Amino acid sequence: MRIYSDEELNNYTEEELKNFKIKHDIPDLEELEKGPWPSFVSDAKQGALHRRKLADDRMLIDRDVIEDMLGQLQVSFDDGETHWKHGGIVGVFGYGGGVIGRYSDLPEKYPSIAHFHTVRVNQPASKFYNSDFLRTVCDMWEYRGSGMMNLHGSTGDLVLLGTTTEQLEPIFFELTHELGQDIGGSGSNLRTPSCCIGKARCEFACYDTQDLCYELTQYYQDELHRPAFPYKFKFKFDGCPNGCVASIARSDMSFIGTWRDDIRIDQDAVKGYIAGDFIPNAGAHAGRDWGKFDLQKEVLDLCPSKCMKYEDGVLTIDNAECVRCMHCINTMPRALKPGTDTGVSILLGAKAPILEGAQMATLIVPFMKAEAPYDNIKEFIEKVWEFWMEEGKNRERLGELMQRFGLPKFLEIMELPPAPHMVKTPRENPYVLWKEEDVPGGWTRDIKEYRTRHKR
Amino acid sequence: MALSLERLGKYDPKDPQKNRLTDLGPRHFWQYFPPVIQNNYGKWAYHDVLEPGVLVHVSETGEKVFTVRCGAARFMTVQHVREICEIADKYCDGYVRFTTRNNIEFLVDSEAKLDALKKDLQGRKFPGGSFKFPIGGTGAGVTNIVHTQGYIHCHTPATDASSMVKSIADALFEEFQGMNLPAKVRVSMACCLNMCGAVHCSDIALLGYHRKPPIIDHEVIDKVCEIPLAIAACPLGAISPDKTPEGGKTVKIKQDRCMFCGNCYTMCQALPLSDKEGDGVTILAGGKISNRISMPKFSKVVVPWLPNNFPRFPEVVENVKKILNAYAQGANKYERLGDWAERIGWEKFFEKTGLEFTEHLIDDYRLAYDTWRTSTQFKYTDAAWNVSKAAGGID
Repeated sequence: MRIYSDEELNNYTEEELKNFKIKHDIPDLEELEKGPWPSFVSDAKQGALHRRKLADDRMLIDRDVIEDMLGQLQVSFDDGETHWKHGGIVGVFGYGGGVIGRYSDLPEKYPSIAHFHTVRVNQPASKFYNSDFLRTVCDMWEYRGSGMMNLHGSTGDLVLLGTTTEQLEPIFFELTHELGQDIGGSGSNLRTPSCCIGKARCEFACYDTQDLCYELTQYYQDELHRPAFPYKFKFKFDGCPNGCVASIARSDMSFIGTWRDDIRIDQDAVKGYIAGDFIPNAGAHAGRDWGKFDLQKEVLDLCPSKCMKYEDGVLTIDNAECVRCMHCINTMPRALKPGTDTGVSILLGAKAPILEGAQMATLIVPFMKAEAPYDNIKEFIEKVWEFWMEEGKNRERLGELMQRFGLPKFLEIMELPPAPHMVKTPRENPYVLWKEEDVPGGWTRDIKEYRTRHKR
Repeated sequence: MALSLERLGKYDPKDPQKNRLTDLGPRHFWQYFPPVIQNNYGKWAYHDVLEPGVLVHVSETGEKVFTVRCGAARFMTVQHVREICEIADKYCDGYVRFTTRNNIEFLVDSEAKLDALKKDLQGRKFPGGSFKFPIGGTGAGVTNIVHTQGYIHCHTPATDASSMVKSIADALFEEFQGMNLPAKVRVSMACCLNMCGAVHCSDIALLGYHRKPPIIDHEVIDKVCEIPLAIAACPLGAISPDKTPEGGKTVKIKQDRCMFCGNCYTMCQALPLSDKEGDGVTILAGGKISNRISMPKFSKVVVPWLPNNFPRFPEVVENVKKILNAYAQGANKYERLGDWAERIGWEKFFEKTGLEFTEHLIDDYRLAYDTWRTSTQFKYTDAAWNVSKAAGGID
């Protein structure tokens, strides 16, 4: 499904691109074309030249949109201030989110970015694509938008950067009808879930991150598209405690793969590492001479729970003491593997600083099986949501609500028994709340009765 | 099926609900997996980093997949994405993926294809000279910088994202293409303290910061803002209701209690605060996400403010290099930047990096006390002698 012919896509020469100047003066931006790292300015210029040479009827929003974006960016550098107006509420019928409205505060000077809305497109799990899909998105987006994108937004979405209000519905129609593809989340709702590469290409993956991510995204479409929450809520799915999608820091509900049986040890491969046949950490430190691999120094001594031994040519792990930090497995991936009885740990409440300070997620459920259709996980999610949707204040993240109620109260509402793994240490102050029913005799007492024993 | 060329496509504004498809979600991932990934899904046995930017994963079936990881600017035009597609078609049967740090990964199933792919990628440059697809970002080096919108698209930034990231990535390019560090170093960037992304949990983090309280647009505030929301938006309770001389509703801000977070502007457009001289960059260090050896850590503020010196941010680049160099020289193998700083003590971190320690770095928000040193365990540095002198303890 294409709009543009190959001739139209290659409508400029290398020479033309080299000599191309956009309509605005952008000296600071041109400085950013130098240096080895891929230059977003150089890329933007090739997009601008391409648009300039397309026929008038081959795009529906102004051909100058990239040039005006660069022009305004230069002015922002000169002024040391952004030139986007505050906020902007736009969208598509049926949904309450997915589009971020944006308007220039210099619309006379840069008319083609007077409207410059972003459309979040829900990415396929772990961001695998084929070129047919990407090319179709590109053609649609060049025709109906600026041709500028982010691959990808921090939450995971494929971001289409800059179009007019008029084109939002047509873009949505093309995405859904031709690409079978929905938009992502924004606002006080379930945001677009994302996952690590998981079983697709990683030997550490303890559950099917893509499948769980896809299943929950589909199952909770309503919560994603129609804001019904006190504030935003994010899911992220890490296949193991290495945290390649950073769920522990960047999602309200963090699913981290783990196991509850023994780490699998291939003793011959351990000897292979000691002999130098295999390079430690799969060669991640090969750029510097760190000396010969030293099992004691690099693995046993660094184990946070000191639960490993190497005696008489045999590596042993006291698995009951292991905290599954991944270090030994990361360091000797050919010799050590996670166990086979796998599931997820569920941690809650991560968020950035606003309002009450940044939070990492807190460990709540130590282990839960994660197998399709994931009914146990859905039940848990809905219990958390039920509480937060009822009690959460306006713009209060789950992590802040947990702080306001206190972890003990939260556990009681979740009907979970308290356990030492939920804390780094027990409390240090003695300001303990007791419930009246837990104290013999209750709280109603008579001072006269007290005075019978204690004179004033 | 074809993409529409009508101005409004299949959308009929007179009957907006007609033919509307909703709640489709994303496309299913399986259709985008190359055959070698489908065949070996969940069967991977081990992997190796063959060289910076190149991985091989070996399956229990004996099949291999080679991955070439390339840097990317995250911001990209359709022309660049089409070039990615062209490469994917030429070497990878049309498949390509993107990482959680916005690198591009091309996957091939043989070494012959790998060599041709690498050679092609290395030869592609923009006219300005920058690489289009630099290979790297694996192992113990510096990979792509997770970042935000900056002046390209956002209304609350205190700095720009794309230009700062380009400047830092140019300066650390050798580390992207090498694996010379004690452990991976994650650099991230956010243009305001909403911290979209990973600033609060990165080895080195760059953060746009304001230093002036908002300007109050009394004329329109009660028309464009829900005032209680602006009041509730302040973490320090610096905002309270007020009346204009004409009797209109507005707010007042206790300026000495405002720490310039900008959250009231997020909620209320009548409270802008960006400012050329006031705005700049804060550097944080020592955060991590993984559970490897030590638990995940927050990043800590180590440089309170540097100027927004567009377009290359020389002061920011210089300070990042100071931190990275001291870490590379001082840390043990496998030790993340935060692990190193905690082992040697933060007083030594400041000595070894040469960063100045100022009062701005001492926490004074709520649980601040937990970050003060309630111990006699410390190491002597020049900074410590200065305190002893100021207290009259030594000459």
